[in-house]
Amino acid sequence: MRRQSFAKTMGKARRIRHLDQGVKPTHIQLMTELNKIRNFSIVAHIDHGKSTLADRLIQETGTVKDRDMQEQMLDSMDIERERGITIKANTVRIDYKADDGENYVLNLIDTPGHVDFAYEVSRSMRAVEGSLLVVDSSQGVEAQTLANVYHAMDADHEIVSILNKIDLPASDCDRVAEQIEDVIGLDATDAIQVSAKTGQGIHETLEAIVKKLPAPKGERNAPLKAMLVDSWYDAYLGVIVLVRIIDGVLKKGERIKMLSNGSVHHVDRIGVFKPQREEIDELGPGEIGFLTASIKQVRDTRVGDTITHEKKGTEDALPGFKPAQPVVFCGLFPVDSAEFEDLRDAIDKLALNDASFSFEMETSAALGFGFRCGFLGLLHLEVIRDRIEREYDIELITTAPSVIYHIHMKDGTMQELHNPADMPDLTFVDHMQEPRIKATILVPDEYLGDVLKLCQDRRGIQEDLTYAGTRAMVVYDLPLNEVVFDFYDRLKSVTKGYASFDYQMMGYRQDFLVKMSILVNDEPVDALSTMVHRDRAEMRGRAMVEKLKDLIPRHMFKIPIQAAIGGKVIARETLSAMRKDVTAKCYGGDATRKKKLLEKQKAGKKKMRQFGKVDIPQEAFISALKMDG
Amino acid sequence: MHLQNWLRAALSADWQNGGFGIYVHWPFCQAKCPYCDFNSHVSREIDERRWLNAYLAELDRAAAELPGRVVNAVFFGGGTPSLMHPDTVAAIIERIRKHWPMPNDPEITLEANPGSVEAGRFRGYADGGVTRISMGVQALNDRDLKRLGRIHTVDEAKKAFEIAHSTFERVSFDLIYARQDQTLEDWKKELNEALCLAIDHLSLYQLTIEKGTAFSDRYEKGGLTGLPVEDLAADMYDVTNELCERAGLFGYEVSNYAKVGAESRHNLIYWRYGDYLGIGPGAHGRLTIDGVKYATEHFKMPNAWLENAERGRGEKIRDALSGTDQANEYLIMGLRITEGIDTTRLENLAGAKIDTTALTHLTDLGLIEQSGSHLRTTPQGRLLLNSVIGELIY
Ligand SMILES: Nc1nc2c(ncn2[C@@H]2O[C@H](COP(=O)(O)OP(=O)(O)OP(=O)(O)O)[C@@H](O)[C@H]2O)c(=O)[nH]1
Ligand SMILES: C[S@@+](CC[C@H](N)C(=O)[O-])C[C@H]1O[C@@H](n2cnc3c(N)ncnc32)[C@H](O)[C@@H]1O
Ligand code: SF4
Ligand SMILES: [Mg+2]
Repeated sequence: MRRQSFAKTMGKARRIRHLDQGVKPTHIQLMTELNKIRNFSIVAHIDHGKSTLADRLIQETGTVKDRDMQEQMLDSMDIERERGITIKANTVRIDYKADDGENYVLNLIDTPGHVDFAYEVSRSMRAVEGSLLVVDSSQGVEAQTLANVYHAMDADHEIVSILNKIDLPASDCDRVAEQIEDVIGLDATDAIQVSAKTGQGIHETLEAIVKKLPAPKGERNAPLKAMLVDSWYDAYLGVIVLVRIIDGVLKKGERIKMLSNGSVHHVDRIGVFKPQREEIDELGPGEIGFLTASIKQVRDTRVGDTITHEKKGTEDALPGFKPAQPVVFCGLFPVDSAEFEDLRDAIDKLALNDASFSFEMETSAALGFGFRCGFLGLLHLEVIRDRIEREYDIELITTAPSVIYHIHMKDGTMQELHNPADMPDLTFVDHMQEPRIKATILVPDEYLGDVLKLCQDRRGIQEDLTYAGTRAMVVYDLPLNEVVFDFYDRLKSVTKGYASFDYQMMGYRQDFLVKMSILVNDEPVDALSTMVHRDRAEMRGRAMVEKLKDLIPRHMFKIPIQAAIGGKVIARETLSAMRKDVTAKCYGGDATRKKKLLEKQKAGKKKMRQFGKVDIPQEAFISALKMDG
Repeated sequence: MHLQNWLRAALSADWQNGGFGIYVHWPFCQAKCPYCDFNSHVSREIDERRWLNAYLAELDRAAAELPGRVVNAVFFGGGTPSLMHPDTVAAIIERIRKHWPMPNDPEITLEANPGSVEAGRFRGYADGGVTRISMGVQALNDRDLKRLGRIHTVDEAKKAFEIAHSTFERVSFDLIYARQDQTLEDWKKELNEALCLAIDHLSLYQLTIEKGTAFSDRYEKGGLTGLPVEDLAADMYDVTNELCERAGLFGYEVSNYAKVGAESRHNLIYWRYGDYLGIGPGAHGRLTIDGVKYATEHFKMPNAWLENAERGRGEKIRDALSGTDQANEYLIMGLRITEGIDTTRLENLAGAKIDTTALTHLTDLGLIEQSGSHLRTTPQGRLLLNSVIGELIY
């Protein structure tokens, strides 16, 4: 096997840029002078300590009083706090009096590390000039370190490297600095050694931000040009729009125009996040802040759009962002069909705030009315599902996740297939294509064999394999449908958690795909249909029927469980009949207890879907697809 | 509407289909068995006079609202009623007789623990009016008795049983099977032995891990290994039915076996969904008063009950049961017994037809049998009773 430097193999031998810091103070500034502003994002692999570093920067500068501090304070959503991860990028404005005696304004954007939310990272990058690249010095460079630092480089950022968690015994700064140079191609001689936990190195970080990151550029007297970075719904204020001012000045009470659709709005409020909202009167060039303008729906705002004044505005639109595309689809159905309208309501409300999540109504023979929803990835799916169940108290059945297939018909047309249940009649189908990804996996040597086997089993095509020290980096071309479901879980389990993984969508390729149906008690269950590669069908079919046999409780009768392609059964199991379900003793007082129990059971049953008199528990729909090998 | 009300009034005597009985609960035992979730307590000091007065006060109170009944059967249950002084038992029976007439050959059962049996006491119970003994033998080998936390040996149990039989014509005993490490063969042997001892009635319960018991704690923590899996337990049940039937004891209820005519009349009142007065700590009752059927429940803790009962208010809960409630209770109880239920009675209680799709489904599976308005479970159906009821419940 070849051994060479990562940076070269990535084909992206990146120049290390040192941007000109000498921004000339062209105007007298009323607000913050441009050269006193620093805008930056914090990027890293998941869990390397971005949010904790943000905490320390906020605390050290006195932005938030010590007694009001809490851990990862920018992760304000319940789901974020519970899972200990960042999902939404967050902006904070920090005032910092540097060692040179000057007062600076720092705008920090904390970004999520998980690959599903990579879109949040890439657009945040467009609003700032620099990045702090955080690497856990006890772990080293991981797959999302690479992915995210390349986003930063693509956005022409100046990058300051931070070696975090130096308080940990396993911390090895020399090794990790070397990795940063070898693997990423960044000069790490000035990397700052930090413990976001103890606060060590935080002052040096603040000084580096001021000294090494460039100030923004912009013309105060030019027509207003602002970038719509993000938007979200607030119950009191309506849609809050996060903007980065490029040129000109935005003031409260002005009328603004969105360049994409010409819509005009009256600005009610302008402010900044410290991190709580603080209203101010105007935002000048280089500044990041928010506006509200009585906008009802997040969908009425387009991230990446250019905002200008209604009159005497600029005509010159910013390049805009590529919209986030859902890649995973699944059906969400209420367990209790009476809750369909509640579900519609919940989905509408969530969509208000999350433009990357798509949905349309769906009906299923087995599950009744529900929604076919599109997500950025499986974590995104889980987050939305959790929120519906928790915040709206609706129990859900989640059907097998599917990717989007391209079905090329004999008449030359192409259909997108989001749901295997909608598979058209094969006699009209010419061929099918499936989405592929480029997966980058970093893994310690000793687990490499297992990772290669996993990728190979999932129909992967190896594209590259290189080493840095004792770690290998493998690049695979994989079908998304083999990855979307449980690839990451499997990867974690075969590498005991030591591998990291990132992927990019790569387009479509033709392959021999078939629809596999599952029949329970001789009735097809459409919510369990999946698209599979023909060569893998028997194996998957067998795995699924075996799983279902364990997942479906015994009934009063025996239940055949089959996997079939068209009319051909490719795997079969029989769930034997239940034999004993009786209460041994039941006397005077037990009638009450028993009645309550049975009535509750009956209510539960009414809620449970009946498939040809077979009750399939809701968790079966997802669990049946998880493969153990 | 009017017609329906009239109909309901006429049907208010529904309980008469099951008869009327009295259950007296004695809540004390010498030791608490680790599997037991009955309302039983261990107490050193029991002022039996006070207790007697409380029972009598409760009987007096009940008599006032239940005039004109015939008491078909009385049952002293527990706990361990064989710890009661015979005079206490006699006084309670006497008070019952004072308030209500009884048939010539009343069934008055008393539960006994073989660990607390003396010949003299048994004579006393008989003199006081007790006609039947139900004894908790539980197992016929000492290792298992120990594992069940019982205070007696097999020999002691057999002796106690003989003493009882020398005094009473009708003596039944209980066994718990499907125990830890019990094989099908073990159980067959033990059951055959039991059938040799048996007179005319046996209660054979599969061990149930009840919530809140010591066994349940151990089970949750992964202890209590070697309990039979579902299939073995089912085989054990099948074998039990077979061997009992061969010995002339017919399974007339899920866990009860008797010679024809020797069934527990008192327990049949429950299963035929008749009326029963329950007195004593935690005792439940079903009473039809002025055409309304009530579910009653007494205070559960011995002292709470005692304090309240002395003032004639031992009853803590009295809920009127809707027609649907009654129909469901009738289903739950009635399908336990081999004789089954009358669907006309059921539909009258519910005010709605029985689910015929479910009936067909269950008949096809061989779990129930139907002829006319008579519906009963088959032995396989009885083994799946919870699921069967689940399909039919209103
Ligand atoms: N010992 C030690 N632990 C740290 C340090 N910095 C962060 N952590 C811990 O590492 C874990 C992850 O920290 P976060 O700040 O949530 O990481 P993140 O990069 O924001 O994670 P995502 O937003 O999910 O990508 C938390 O348990 C932190 O307490 C550090 O300097 N030393
Ligand atoms: C109130 S006790 C009988 C009398 C007396 N207390 C005794 O135990 O000897 C009722 C019967 O229920 C049965 N029983 C109690 N708990 C049980 C359990 N967890 N599983 C199966 N049967 C049980 C026992 O056979 C017991 O004899
Ligand atoms: S089984 Fe009988 S003796 Fe044992 S605690 Fe329960 S009631 Fe008392
Ligand atoms: Mg974070």
